[in-house]
Amino acid sequence: MAADQTVTAAKTGTPVKVRALLTGAGRLLVLLLLLGGVFLTAVPYIYMVSATFKPNTEIYSIPITLWPRNVTYFNYQQLFSEFPFARWYGNSVLVASTRTLLSVFLSALAGFGFAKYRFPGRNVLLIVLIATVMLPFQVLLVPLFIEMVRFRWIDTYWAVIVPFAANAFHIFLMRQYMLSVPDELLDAARIDGCSEFRIFAQVALPLMKPGLAVISILAFVQSWNDFLWPLIVLNDINMFTVNLGVATMVGPYRIQYGTVMAGSFLSTLPIVIFFLTMQRQFIAGLTSGAIKL
Amino acid sequence: MLRNLRLSWDRNQRKIAPYLFVAPFFVLFAIFLAYPVIYSLVLSFYQARGLGSRTFVGLENYIELFLDRRFHKAIINTTYYAAGSVFLLSPLALLLALALNAKWLKLKGLFRVAFFVPVITSEVVVALMFALVFDQDFGLLNAGLRAIGLSAIPWLRSPAWAMPSIILLGVWIWLGLNALYFLAGLQNIDQEYYEAAAIDGANQFQLFRYITIPLLKPVILFVVIQAIVGSYQLFTQPWVLTGGGPQDATLTITMYLYLQAFRFFNMGYASAIGYALVVIILTLSLIQLVAFGTFRREDA
Repeated sequence: MAADQTVTAAKTGTPVKVRALLTGAGRLLVLLLLLGGVFLTAVPYIYMVSATFKPNTEIYSIPITLWPRNVTYFNYQQLFSEFPFARWYGNSVLVASTRTLLSVFLSALAGFGFAKYRFPGRNVLLIVLIATVMLPFQVLLVPLFIEMVRFRWIDTYWAVIVPFAANAFHIFLMRQYMLSVPDELLDAARIDGCSEFRIFAQVALPLMKPGLAVISILAFVQSWNDFLWPLIVLNDINMFTVNLGVATMVGPYRIQYGTVMAGSFLSTLPIVIFFLTMQRQFIAGLTSGAIKL
Repeated sequence: MLRNLRLSWDRNQRKIAPYLFVAPFFVLFAIFLAYPVIYSLVLSFYQARGLGSRTFVGLENYIELFLDRRFHKAIINTTYYAAGSVFLLSPLALLLALALNAKWLKLKGLFRVAFFVPVITSEVVVALMFALVFDQDFGLLNAGLRAIGLSAIPWLRSPAWAMPSIILLGVWIWLGLNALYFLAGLQNIDQEYYEAAAIDGANQFQLFRYITIPLLKPVILFVVIQAIVGSYQLFTQPWVLTGGGPQDATLTITMYLYLQAFRFFNMGYASAIGYALVVIILTLSLIQLVAFGTFRREDA
């Protein structure tokens, strides 16, 4: 059959040409669709940034402008004078970095324990962890809230740092990375008289840097973008994270949309820059769920 | 003698060490996950008003839930959203992945990054951004529709359009991530299969239907389950954009749980909603696993 086709092609010449033309058109179509997709992804961001420089009257006017007609910095002034925005930002930085450190520390320790030791009860613990990965966290909201009240943690940093720092998924990732550390290396350290904790801290951990980076990013972004839990445990406006703060800026009495957009833009900026500089680790972290299969 | 002692200590250290390594995690796990999960189940059998009184009511919360019109509405809405993300998002993501996997395509990295940015943007910010996209009078979408001569759509203001708008937003957010899942799957397929089939005269569609799809099955399963599990937890976008309205058209299960617990202080009832959500998610995941034949022996 393939031979037949070649013969036809050789005789007339047209089928090959037509085919090449079709392929070219197909590729062009795919490329245009891809560029269209990128455009649709980018436009809301561009519009957000441009809205931060517009007076409210221009945001709510027709025809809409993709570029501000009258550039104003009013929204940014408003953001810092009407809202404790700097404080929110500081809260978010503090909460996200502490929670990340705690989360990485816990999962590195446990991941190492699970990857490098066989001990009675290990499989039971692993199964318990797997069972909880599928659990929707909403089921925890009510009892955890009651726990926070009992601990007197409402409106404290503890409430947004500690409860979700221990993440079973991070342990699986860490364990996966730890498995690649050769046992011989650990045994060599043991022969040299290293304690088990020193082996972890000085032999295994330095070899795990890529894994640590991935989990740090995952934990940081999760914490920075967290909404439902802070909404429940933080009521004091000075304790808000930036994400919660921005969400509360829209209300029936406050519809200064340019200011809301300025807050949104500033809260997103560090994450996007962070992403653009470390995209490889980001993508590895956020798609790591699929690796297990 | 001394050496023996030292050796036995070393051996014991190796036995004790792993427990010390996993202990810090499991202490937090017990306090903030295991205990609350059980406490929530217990609470769902009580009538609990706020932090105060508790009365044991047996299955009453669940029976009430079963008859609760608003809860039905929340389930229907959330299922609508889940269906949207399975039947709209997943195929689109697969198409995007196929395009990004094409050998002739240049600047692949750039495309990947571009489609990925929404995933790392906070859902609150995304929702606020889209308030300006969906706005009926001054929004980008309607400006576009008017520009091509169509009439404006009341995106978030009409009960019929509100959930489709939230679904579109979901596609906008999650397309890049799901495409990357598929892309990883596509890149795992051995090129030799395609070469062999091409020699046998298979066309592009046949290659896709008989090689790509079967070999991509585990990834498809993963993406679909992920989409369902994620969809049933929807909260932030409708909370910020519509507050569940208009006329409860975007009320979701999680939102209803939040309202019952933190607006009406029905802690027992809210716990029952939480467990209903667990049952729904686990059942749907299990159905998926069975439907995809994961438990069949002959499937390797």
